Amino acid sequence: MALKGNLRDFTISQLLNLIHLAGKTGSLTVDGTGDRAWVAFRDGKLAYARMESEDDGLVAILYRAKKLTRAQYKVIKSRSGTMSDKELGLLLINANYLTQEDILASLRNAYVSVLERLFTWVEGLFTFEDGFPPLDGKITLQISLENIIIDASRRLREWEQLQDEIPSLDVALKFTDRPGADLRNVNLSVEEWRVVSYIDPKNTLKKIAAATKMNDLEIRRIVYGLLQAGLVEMVRPEGAKMERKKPMLPVSDPEEQISLVNRIIHRIRSL
Amino acid sequence: MQTVKMVVTGPFSAGKTEFIQTVSEIDVVATERKITSEAERIKETTTVAMDFGRITVDDNLVLYLFGTPGQKRFDFMWEILSEGMLGFIVMVDSTRPETFREARSILETFRAYAPTPYVVAANKQDASDAWSVDDMRIALRLDPKVKLLPCVALEKESVKNVLLELLYSILAEMEANSR
Repeated sequence: MALKGNLRDFTISQLLNLIHLAGKTGSLTVDGTGDRAWVAFRDGKLAYARMESEDDGLVAILYRAKKLTRAQYKVIKSRSGTMSDKELGLLLINANYLTQEDILASLRNAYVSVLERLFTWVEGLFTFEDGFPPLDGKITLQISLENIIIDASRRLREWEQLQDEIPSLDVALKFTDRPGADLRNVNLSVEEWRVVSYIDPKNTLKKIAAATKMNDLEIRRIVYGLLQAGLVEMVRPEGAKMERKKPMLPVSDPEEQISLVNRIIHRIRSL
Repeated sequence: MQTVKMVVTGPFSAGKTEFIQTVSEIDVVATERKITSEAERIKETTTVAMDFGRITVDDNLVLYLFGTPGQKRFDFMWEILSEGMLGFIVMVDSTRPETFREARSILETFRAYAPTPYVVAANKQDASDAWSVDDMRIALRLDPKVKLLPCVALEKESVKNVLLELLYSILAEMEANSR
């Protein structure tokens, strides 16, 4: 029988623990708010994973892992036709494009990354179906879930803290006017400099993350550091349409509104 | 009868209920429950929906003060409570720096709901271990333009001062907009 539920009630770490401890074989589908994840397990180990919004073909995975250049990616993609990932992998190894280790490490990172992202989902309908699914030439692995669960739980705590600090990526950043704050005297990493170069009240964190190819966690982590150092502050993006919930005042005339507030002031003073 | 409302928000145990109780002319309609979480068991009860206080301004006007629930799991109430507010007060417990980060986050959340004027009240300033207002401003990363006011929620004059400062900000904004 399929296991069904919502991550709100049964978290992804509880689910993975169950799959790991029971040595389950089957496929897990999770419908999140913006994406859908599909993960296959064999004997309680991670075998394969993909996000619906991403190309899960081997060439795309290798390109994202920077094992192929853009030009190589385009050429291989156009010539691979209906070739399965297994066939393509063998071809790449035989042609000395890549080693078997390169391919397996890239796939491992890609599959694990899907689970790591799943850990940030607090809500989503999930279904676990027993039985190993047909994977049509996809390369499957056997990745132990223990370390993924421990690492991801650690990251989840960090993620929760960062979300408390930076609840939305729809805000922008501006440099603080604090006297003495001088970027030239601060040691920043390459990633931090990349973010700093995009700081402008017109750019939301979402835009900066897209431009610097960072995920939600990475951008939040860097922005958190810059905020803590007092170098930047969060501001509403310039030109953003503000869904302004106006105060509900019983009078609409500005003069009457001022008079109303003055009456309240007078009353509070007399308390 | 005309009514206006202001919201008192802040982290768990910041003193929101006391603040409203001190100036409300009615017994605060509090919706408090016993604390269930061990981590938050620093007081016996907490607000789960809202506190509700009233100040009659004159024959035609009433000011309502709404206190938000402090525990994070009730934050779905915040947006509802912020609807139509004239302004808001963020209460912060000056003796509990571990709540400053959450206070900052609550402040940002309310600013996003409705960019109305607000002030920050540094509550429990009478306690020996209270952080100074200047230190709190740095810890809370407040812009120098944001009013951070010393407060003792159990003292009427102190609460009045916070309310008045918020009203002055509201008035200043209205006057600026009407020019």
